[in-house]
Amino acid sequence: MVNLISLVEISIGAVFINNFVLSRFLGLCPFFGVSKKLSSAAGMGMAVIFVMAIASSLTWLMYHYVLELYRLDYLRTIVFILVIAGLVQLVEMALQKYSPTLYEALGIFLPLITTNCAVLGVTIINTDLNQVTGMQYTLIESVWNGVMSGVGFSLALLLMAGIREKTEFAPVPKALEGLPIAFITAGLMALAFLGFSGLNFFTVVGG
Amino acid sequence: MISQEIKRGIIDENPILVLALGLCPSLAVSTSVQNGFGMGMAATFVLTCSNVIISLLRKVIPEKVRIPCFIVIIATFVTIVQLVLKAYFPALDKQLGIFVPLIVVNCVILGRAEAYASKNNVFRSLVDGLVMGLGFTIALCILSVIREVLGSNKLLGFKFSPRFQPMTVFILAPGGFFTIAFVMGMVRHLGNRKKGV
Repeated sequence: MVNLISLVEISIGAVFINNFVLSRFLGLCPFFGVSKKLSSAAGMGMAVIFVMAIASSLTWLMYHYVLELYRLDYLRTIVFILVIAGLVQLVEMALQKYSPTLYEALGIFLPLITTNCAVLGVTIINTDLNQVTGMQYTLIESVWNGVMSGVGFSLALLLMAGIREKTEFAPVPKALEGLPIAFITAGLMALAFLGFSGLNFFTVVGG
Repeated sequence: MISQEIKRGIIDENPILVLALGLCPSLAVSTSVQNGFGMGMAATFVLTCSNVIISLLRKVIPEKVRIPCFIVIIATFVTIVQLVLKAYFPALDKQLGIFVPLIVVNCVILGRAEAYASKNNVFRSLVDGLVMGLGFTIALCILSVIREVLGSNKLLGFKFSPRFQPMTVFILAPGGFFTIAFVMGMVRHLGNRKKGV
């Protein structure tokens, strides 16, 4: 049974309330590394959504049907990172063969994704006990959480790239040039996203 | 030579404040000094051990599959840390949460494996792991002292000053970004002044 309300809850939670970059601090390296140009930010965002969705489903199946069954859940970290690394390789090869246009758009971002902590992060969140409800996600909820977390990441990345393109030539104190001013920008964005934490969504629906 | 290495790890090539590596854990866990120090120690352990093993195996690991090999070695030590934390420091484990398994993808560790341990002998890699871990821990401690004092008016869990009104935003996400921005700016400013720019 697909619970529609839980899917809506997950979407709003993953995109706005617990935004991966701005409130969970996951995936900061690509967030600051690829946010200089809007076009590359869009490519990275698409690649992350894609990999997160597939990785969520694969790791969920792996965790519940292999690791939990044989009481090997302490191997979760190793197994998940290997699944993600292999998956990224496979996706890269498949895209290269079957969809050269998509490969051209996403290709250079795929190798970076293996070490993107947002992907490993979402798979771990999917198989951990949920702190709010105390329950584990089902397969569909996990995949949806993967997609929506990817959307949240892309949203933050695109906003950031838009701002950085505009402020590229702004006069900045010498010591704050480059990364520090990007951190301050991200901080202001996080401040704005903090407003969403007032959305008391979980208690309304869950209660 | 040792003092030179220590200076390199803490000041010249500080992983967080100069190289800007390992940002996710450093912003996420620096809300209190205990968390920051715990994370720093865990990462130092993983970094040192993986540096030694990778350096020992550097002639055996084929060039093409080196990254997956490094990741498996790192993940092994992260699992050890996870089990030890769960068994002996359950409170810290709960506080650090998802960021313990995420040490695997900490770019400081993979970065040192790729740039240093796979090219240098065991002793040098061991020293490199230790000093880089030390630099990581010190930077984390600086960030978490600022955030804990400003954000919750505490230091190591004790009340800091009776009159000071804490600014909660500093232990929330935006405060993390602001703190690292200004600390990094300060480090660069001092560096510029030293060079006479």
